[in-house]
Amino acid sequence: MKLALVGVSHHQAPVELRERVAVDLDAASRLASSLANGCEAVVLSTCNRTELYLACEHEAPLDERGGQALVELAGDEGAALAPVLYRLGDDSAALHLFRVSAGLDSLVPGEGEILGQVRDAFEVGATGPLLDRLFRQALYAGRRARVETAIGESPASVPAAAAALAQQVFGSLDGRGVLLVGAGKMSELTARNLRSRGATIAAVANRTLEHGEELARQVGARAIGLESLAGALAVTDVVVASTSAPGFVVDVAGAAAALRARRGRPILFVDLAVPRDVDPALSGVDGCFVYDIDDLEAVVEASLAGRRAEAVRAERIVASEAERFREWQASLAVVPAIASLRARAEEIRATELAKAEARLGRLPEGDRKLVEAVTSQIVAKLLHLPTIRMKEAAAAADGVVYADVVRHLFGLGEEEQQS
Amino acid sequence: MAELLVWPALIAYGEAAFAYAGELRGPGLAGRLGTWGVRIGWLAQTALLVVQAIDSDGFPWGTWAGALNLFVWLVVGAYLIWGCRPRYRLLGLAVMPVAAALLVAAWAGGGTGVAARDEPGGLLVVHVGLMLAGFAGLTLATGMAALYLWQERRLKRRDAGLLRLRVPPLDVLDRLSARAALVALVVLSCGMVVGLASFERGDFDAAMAVTLGIWAVVATGLVLRREVGLRGRRFAVLLVAVLALVAVVLPLTHFAS
Repeated sequence: MKLALVGVSHHQAPVELRERVAVDLDAASRLASSLANGCEAVVLSTCNRTELYLACEHEAPLDERGGQALVELAGDEGAALAPVLYRLGDDSAALHLFRVSAGLDSLVPGEGEILGQVRDAFEVGATGPLLDRLFRQALYAGRRARVETAIGESPASVPAAAAALAQQVFGSLDGRGVLLVGAGKMSELTARNLRSRGATIAAVANRTLEHGEELARQVGARAIGLESLAGALAVTDVVVASTSAPGFVVDVAGAAAALRARRGRPILFVDLAVPRDVDPALSGVDGCFVYDIDDLEAVVEASLAGRRAEAVRAERIVASEAERFREWQASLAVVPAIASLRARAEEIRATELAKAEARLGRLPEGDRKLVEAVTSQIVAKLLHLPTIRMKEAAAAADGVVYADVVRHLFGLGEEEQQS
Repeated sequence: MAELLVWPALIAYGEAAFAYAGELRGPGLAGRLGTWGVRIGWLAQTALLVVQAIDSDGFPWGTWAGALNLFVWLVVGAYLIWGCRPRYRLLGLAVMPVAAALLVAAWAGGGTGVAARDEPGGLLVVHVGLMLAGFAGLTLATGMAALYLWQERRLKRRDAGLLRLRVPPLDVLDRLSARAALVALVVLSCGMVVGLASFERGDFDAAMAVTLGIWAVVATGLVLRREVGLRGRRFAVLLVAVLALVAVVLPLTHFAS
């Protein structure tokens, strides 16, 4: 069976082209069905790529068919799309999908969403034996890369870094209170990230109460004015500040009373504002941790560097999985010969037993069953080693030669040819 | 036989101490090797203690070196309960070098061999066991406090590589060290009560005075933690100071007596 991949991704194509060929799951399912047409097809479409995976028994011009489908999908941008399409076959196509699944081909190495997107594409695709095996193994390779390396562990954005720091201070964020100071976009994103990890957005403090109320409604919190900040500090664990105020909104003197009321419980200040909202001197106070936007960006940068280092290990895992797939795919070349050989052996066994029926018929039922079992075992044992050797030879690219030799030696298929 | 078992325990603890240092570069093989070192070492030391118990005529851990041997076993055993989880591996960096060093001291002092001992009373054995277990718990609490101080420093310095190491969260370390200290204090109290049964006027010595002082400091720390919020950095410093006191003063008073 042949495997082909035709696709377009963020490496070569700008978003203007990618958006032309992006499809949702329903459309991906329809496109896969129409492309399959007796073969197998899966359409993987994410914000960074649209890829068509095609497999067919016969030597069909798969990549031409796929390329044509993508160009048609792009409509009037088809001419611009054609030069940036990439085409891969068999081993390279499999390795590519495994890398995609492990997040190694993503903008942010190890990003977690892609694994789910590969699974969704697989589930709505028109799969058969080859693509079924390919996608299952790709999902396994993606999971292995994430479990056996730390490629997906560290945060890749400022809001995620802020949430990870909060977890570093408090552990589980379940029930932890978050105070948003300012109603900016960045603080909203950070709040959502903290909320997704179990934290509760307790209040939104804003100079203009109406703006604060809008965000408060979205995140299920109450809105307060900046004058109530000191009281709110005493009962929240994480403060996310992002106002456009020219000076410090939270200073040491203002926070002192609140910190005393906390009785030693730690508090994390995430200051996303420029100019800064939180007095950095608070960092010197026991139990106070202050991170400004530069600190968070440095954490993200270090984290991405860590991911890139882990990517080297993940590449090894992906390569080993791709090799396993190659061996399996190569073994397909000898499967018909093995099946014919086993069928021939079984036929001989059954024929010989039938010839001996006159004598076997007089045997008790138990003995008859024993003879059946013994002859079956002899056939199975005789064929076990040749089967293994043929599969090994297939993995080493000699499979077709071995299959021909077996067919010749055992006269497999000759009777059909004669008839 | 007993002397032979010291070496696998020592080598395994030493290997764990080195391997946990490797964990500082990031989670991976070094940490797993460290954990296996702790497990194998603890099993070897358990076998050593069993052989000592069987072959000795009396209580084999009555001397300071023997007590140290038992103490190391208790510390590592307590660490094994949850310290080997991936997130707590760096706690091993605070615990295992100390355990290895103390086992060497026990071995050098003859506490890992088998010899005829005076038969002590049953109460004295319980007293010694409880006191050692109490100090082992205190050592573990201090290990967590030390890890707290190190991690707090990294957070305060806003170390960019902060998230690359798997370290228990600060608040969790604070709570666990307090719990371990509380359990240790209860065990120490039980040990003291049992010791009172065989206490005679004139027995009071410097070691007892130091132990009482340590008990009072830890108890006060725990009360202040509950009542006025003495937690986090200040509580961790208190625990480290207490263990420093134990490490310096108790051996001196023991040798003096």
